[in-house]
Amino acid sequence: MASRRRVGRLEGGTPSIQPPGRQRYAFFMVSTVIFFLFAGLAIACAISMVYHKNPLYSAISLVGVFIALSCIYVTLAAPFIAAVQILIYAGAIMVLVVFVIMLLNLDDDKPLNRLRYLYALGGGLGLLLLVQTFFIFYAVMRAPNQSADQSMSAGKTLTIGQAMYTEYLLPVEIVGVLLLMAVIGAVILARKLSQPQLELVVDKELDLRNEDDGMLN
Amino acid sequence: MEPSLATYLALSGILFTIGTVGVIFKRNALGMFMCIELMLNAVNLTFVAFSRYYGDTTGQLFVFMVMSVAAAEAAVGLGIIIAFFRNSQSIDVDDASILRN
Repeated sequence: MASRRRVGRLEGGTPSIQPPGRQRYAFFMVSTVIFFLFAGLAIACAISMVYHKNPLYSAISLVGVFIALSCIYVTLAAPFIAAVQILIYAGAIMVLVVFVIMLLNLDDDKPLNRLRYLYALGGGLGLLLLVQTFFIFYAVMRAPNQSADQSMSAGKTLTIGQAMYTEYLLPVEIVGVLLLMAVIGAVILARKLSQPQLELVVDKELDLRNEDDGMLN
Repeated sequence: MEPSLATYLALSGILFTIGTVGVIFKRNALGMFMCIELMLNAVNLTFVAFSRYYGDTTGQLFVFMVMSVAAAEAAVGLGIIIAFFRNSQSIDVDDASILRN
């Protein structure tokens, strides 16, 4: 009840009555509530993505995960990453995936009939990772308490842009080349050669091979 | 009362675990692809959390790089899935075994 009243005051915009320390406290309360809300949403959507057999339902659940994670990035004072998360993941990549699902006109996923040991492998690996997660959780909890950076400047778009075009210029250029290669690769993979064109390509390959043999002899 | 670094790491670990289990249990190539995206996102969350708690921008730049690689992976991966579907009329990964004997 008390926390809700504080939240109301923060949103109501009565800045001069409260001391700044209590306002900061209210901000952290709000961010905690938002964090646990969207963490639950992210985990629920992730489980629903793995559970559903229909790829389209899986894709929609994954969009839910992306949006929840974007809201969590806002609580981590990273608005740029939150915006980019929505634009690239929920916008570009998932639209591409849904487009491919529609294009291929898929049926539901058939029940798992792969080798039996895959069940044990998957379950064991999952259990191992979960145990590891809780180990990390307790190890970090027991470590000396690391309070968050109070300046909140690390997530500003200005800071990221300055770092990107001075200190990290080479990686950004390499990413550009990588994207170009990916686009060319995708076009070459997805193009459809008609039968005469395919024969032409094969003939050309064979000619080249014969020429090479002639030169060798 | 702010959620601590450990809480973010726990959420990230849980999402990564769900993604790993999904990759192993799904037969659908598109489903596996989406589970891999989920794992990449879990790692991004740790990057942003550490960036926040150490006040360092490098983590967020890494997130940007991971997103670029994920976009490239989406383009090439979906191209491969379409080419595979054209050859075998399914995207079941168990059907992709023509190299075996």
